[in-house]
Amino acid sequence: MEQLKTIGRELAMGSQGGFGQSKEFLDLVKSIGEARSKAEEDRIVLREIESLKRRIVEPGIPKRKMKEYIIRLVYVEMLGHDASFGYIHAVKMTHDDNLVLKRTGYLAVTLFLNEDHDLIILIVNTIQKDLKSDNYLIVCAALNAVCKLINEETIPAVLPQVVELLGHSKEAVRKKAIMALHRFYHKSPSSVSHLLSNFRKKLCDSDPGVMGATLCPLFDLITNDANSYKDLVVSFVSILKQVAEHRLPKAYDYHQLPAPFIQIRLLKILALLGSGDKQASEHMYTVVGDIFRKCDSSSNIGNAVLYECICCVSSIHLNPKLLEAAADVIARFLKSDSHNLKYMGIDALGRLIKLSPEIAEQHQLAVIDCLEDPDDTLKRKTFELLYKMTKSSNVEVIVDRMIDYMISINDNHYKTEIASRCVELAEQFAPSNHWFIQTMNKVFEHAGDLVNIKVAHNLMRLIAEGFGEDDDTADSQLRSSAVESYLHIIGEPKLPSVFLQVICWVLGEYGTADGKFSASYITGKLCDVAESYSSDETVKGYAVTALMKIYAFEIAAGRKLDILPENSVIWHMECQSLIEELSASHSTDLQQRAYELQAVIGLDVRAIGSIMPSDASCEDIEVDKSLSFLNGYVEKSLEKGAQSYIPENERFGMVNISNFRNQDQLEVTSHGLRFEAYELPKPSVQSRTPPISVASSTELVPVPEPSYYRETPQTAPVPSSTDTGPSGLKLRLDGVQKKWGRPTYSSSSASTSNSSSLKVVNGVTQVDGVSSGNSKTHETSYDSRRPQVEISEEKQKLAASLFGGSSKTERRSSTGHKVAKASSHASEKFHTSKSTTIYSADNAVEKPNLVQPPPDLLDLGEPIVASSAPSVDPFRQLEELLDSTQDPGTFGGTKAPDFMALYAETPAGGRSAGVALPLSLNRDGDNLIPGLSNASSNTVHGGTTVTNPSQISKGPNVKEALEKDALVRQMGVTPSDLGFTLLLFLLRSRYMEKATSSAAPAKIGGGGGGSRRQSDLNRSFKLAIRSLLTSCSKQELAKAFSNFSNAEQESLHRLFIQDEFESLCLETQVGTALETVEQLVEEKNLDPLFSEKSNIMDAVQNLSMAKRNEIHYLMGMLEKAEEQNRCLQDRVELLRQKMPDDSGISVVMEKFKSGILSYGTCSDGI
Amino acid sequence: MGIRFILMVNKQGQTRLAQYYEWLTLEERRALEGEIVRKCLARNDQQCSFVEHRNYKIVYRRYASLFFLVGVDNDENELAILEFIHLLVETMDRHFGNVCELDIMFHLEKAHFMLEEMVMNGCIVETSKCNILSPIQLMDKTS
Repeated sequence: MEQLKTIGRELAMGSQGGFGQSKEFLDLVKSIGEARSKAEEDRIVLREIESLKRRIVEPGIPKRKMKEYIIRLVYVEMLGHDASFGYIHAVKMTHDDNLVLKRTGYLAVTLFLNEDHDLIILIVNTIQKDLKSDNYLIVCAALNAVCKLINEETIPAVLPQVVELLGHSKEAVRKKAIMALHRFYHKSPSSVSHLLSNFRKKLCDSDPGVMGATLCPLFDLITNDANSYKDLVVSFVSILKQVAEHRLPKAYDYHQLPAPFIQIRLLKILALLGSGDKQASEHMYTVVGDIFRKCDSSSNIGNAVLYECICCVSSIHLNPKLLEAAADVIARFLKSDSHNLKYMGIDALGRLIKLSPEIAEQHQLAVIDCLEDPDDTLKRKTFELLYKMTKSSNVEVIVDRMIDYMISINDNHYKTEIASRCVELAEQFAPSNHWFIQTMNKVFEHAGDLVNIKVAHNLMRLIAEGFGEDDDTADSQLRSSAVESYLHIIGEPKLPSVFLQVICWVLGEYGTADGKFSASYITGKLCDVAESYSSDETVKGYAVTALMKIYAFEIAAGRKLDILPENSVIWHMECQSLIEELSASHSTDLQQRAYELQAVIGLDVRAIGSIMPSDASCEDIEVDKSLSFLNGYVEKSLEKGAQSYIPENERFGMVNISNFRNQDQLEVTSHGLRFEAYELPKPSVQSRTPPISVASSTELVPVPEPSYYRETPQTAPVPSSTDTGPSGLKLRLDGVQKKWGRPTYSSSSASTSNSSSLKVVNGVTQVDGVSSGNSKTHETSYDSRRPQVEISEEKQKLAASLFGGSSKTERRSSTGHKVAKASSHASEKFHTSKSTTIYSADNAVEKPNLVQPPPDLLDLGEPIVASSAPSVDPFRQLEELLDSTQDPGTFGGTKAPDFMALYAETPAGGRSAGVALPLSLNRDGDNLIPGLSNASSNTVHGGTTVTNPSQISKGPNVKEALEKDALVRQMGVTPSDLGFTLLLFLLRSRYMEKATSSAAPAKIGGGGGGSRRQSDLNRSFKLAIRSLLTSCSKQELAKAFSNFSNAEQESLHRLFIQDEFESLCLETQVGTALETVEQLVEEKNLDPLFSEKSNIMDAVQNLSMAKRNEIHYLMGMLEKAEEQNRCLQDRVELLRQKMPDDSGISVVMEKFKSGILSYGTCSDGI
Repeated sequence: MGIRFILMVNKQGQTRLAQYYEWLTLEERRALEGEIVRKCLARNDQQCSFVEHRNYKIVYRRYASLFFLVGVDNDENELAILEFIHLLVETMDRHFGNVCELDIMFHLEKAHFMLEEMVMNGCIVETSKCNILSPIQLMDKTS
């Protein structure tokens, strides 16, 4: 019949034809299938290997044929033969573009190779490529391979892509990506420690399959650390509830039960979370109770869920009702005819028994039945249950049963286990010493060498120490009964070595203690042992030592005459020959023991008494490390003129001066491993100051920073908070400005005439706060189109004080806010009209997964300044606005702090960059940098005042962040020439990855030299960024600042990365590299011959392009401004109508008009 | 970990499919398969479908001439694994139509693909038959 079926199938397959399987393959499968013995099968496979070896290397094998070969290889391996000759072909197949071939290749590779195989390296690249494929099935195939083949070292190669795939549109891909992360977690928990939140997120995936898969990693995470996931209890409960209520798609049903496998996993998770946690458990009672009621107990799967419920109930905090339900289910299981259910019932009973011992009593008979059952599995399970319910009243029965069973089985693994259980129970519950010794003897006798040596040592200690009671007679009784039983057993043949060791030791130690047996009797027995187990050196060693003890005790007890070899009958010939034999033994250990024995018995009574004290095995041996007993001898020697001992380290130092000795000692102490952490790198000012910097600047630079802090009284809490945080996550905000705002950069400022004074002023500003009108502290904004922005010292100072304290609130209210409403609209539009990459940071809050550019100077994240006064006279605001546009002087004085604050705060939507941009533009207006300053910047003044009326107060750390930015700003770099700017820009644009690509040409224009260095720089930046992005865990940061909102954490994280990044910059010596480049550029500039044509052309092209962009952009601004103007006009009109006799309005109008006028002239000047 | 391996063995003890979720060398696989197959095949229908072996358990189920053996950790729910085997068989049944040993032999890779969909890292990740089979059907279409 079977044959017929086979033929039928073949025919069917032949008719389908599409499978494309060759006759060869069919024959192979058929012959394997028909093989009647393992030997026949092996013959077939060996033949197959030969033919495959030949044919797989033939050139030009069609792909389909190759696939078949690969599957034949799989067969070869599956049937237990080596197919390593073909592995490489499986690897090659993964490179194929065809989905079926690729997946077959991956399958074969996962079956053939383990993760550490050499060929894996050839696959990683393919996997990387396939993870990016458009075809989701290819992505899935690659993810399958990831789950099998990626080891700890290769995780970083695929991790970013896997993380990206978590957001894939196909649920199958998301599911596999989650499992890939799960695998990474297994392989190297630290590699994904910053991604664990993804598991939580995916729990809420819209697809139930993804959610179900996510439970697997979560289960593992919760197993390791339940406390961190207590917050998910409610979610799990509600998911389980929904599942139980049939809310999942029908496809997940199995035998009418809704998603039972998901239910089971959820119950497992709940059991972990509810363990020992009353509060968490209370959430679960209802849903577990529901499942108890709903589950169909007639199907296997229903019972599987019920069993899991019992496990959950037994784990979580006790609930009587659920316990009752569980007991009912157990009763049903045990009464069932199915052995499977009985097995589950016994197991479940074992779980509940610790909660309510009386349940077991109800099922006594059922348990006994199971114990008697011929089914081994069931029997073992029952023994496990018995083990759990053992107490002193039933220990004898249970242990006897166990030993009987132990004797009857051959499975060494289980024998060992059950033996150790017997020992454990006997030690714990032994009703009498006699029983205990008897039981142990039985265990040792039958389980023999399977018993862990520790058990033997334990037993010896137990006999030596007694049961811990102070009753000495009980202890000596125990020993006597042990000795007696051992002397009885010792004659039996083939005792296990471990047991013999115990016997020898006990006989040696206590054989003659109670005087029942003579020394000669016992030594005779010991000699017998040593002889009959002559191949076991350990036993012989024990025996010899036991002999020595007995003789020693005898001598010490004064029965000296009986024992000395010359005149004693006790000294058996046997013994003598044994000792002689052992003295010449190959084993040095035995030899030594034999010689020791001979030496010891030749000593006098006193010496023997102290060498071998009776019954002192439990005493601690005290070792006099200082060798004080030799003091007398030493003194004598000294008296005779011997030199005193000099410790080794002093000996070394003798020759040298004491100073050296100290050093030496230091060295000594510094040897070995250091266990304390290395201290955090201090922001070393000197090292950061580049070597070629001008003297004045080097002197000045260190000063500003601390004095800056000191000068601003309001910042007092800020430094303290920086200092106190001891954790590694502490934001090291000090010294930041020196990294970016390096004075040496400004040293070669464009306008050479005032470059030196600039430096001084730059420093002085911070020190004295002297306001200097013409000093230009440039700032490199991240938007390189407007990199040169001037901040007056006044502003800086005010800004600095602003960040620290309450004064900003006043200042805030004094400036225009309402206008913001109108203009914010405009500015927002303006933002969106620009290239989106620049403002990607804007979306940061909404898109947490977005790869953010590392923090930039302007990237403030979401720090928020104090609240503003909501109601402000619109007229005044208007007035001020116009004032500021007209009069740069006043503007600088009064408005600056405001702008700093503005810049720092976040309009609710998180448009931090958006705010920052107008700010820099605003400064442009004052600075009037040629070429880049423009009329539209006036317009943007409007935008600058963009504020959000609703502002939230911020925490101290945000203050720090603000302060840091202020510092960065203050120390702002003054780009000296275009070459330098180029580099700086490059630096920044690399750093920001995405941003400002469009703006690049503007700066690249002038940059002639140092391209090699650029590439070096690029490389180092790539390196830095990679290490940064992989090393800095957002999770940790979030944990450290848990009381902050997500947005704030986000920004802190970015700042943190920045710090890291900057220190990396230092490490990679970006600074020096930059300076060298700078120098080169300068040199080249001096050299009139050095100008490559292509460079100039490039420059021209780039400049023109930049200009065009600039114009384009300004036009956009113009439009915005006009729109804004219109808005304002309308408003003024409205207001005028409302208050016709208000004379102030005309003034405002006047100002406003002139504002527009000036704006117009400026824009004409482009 | 959960599931350590899935084996399909016919009643002569010949392996028809083997998937391990922890790496074992060829020799280890041979030894293990020999040991557990001998153990399981010796059992009768009345005995329960679970066998303890070393420090893990084997849950097995017989369909005609074919045994499905799943090695699981000790804390795994045996009944659920038993039903998982049945789910696997049902799924194969749906794809091959009245599945038999030869179907698996001739389409070894497809049986593996199904397992790949159902079990990852030793965990059951998918139990919906549509979801398990749809990639395989899609592949059939493209080829």
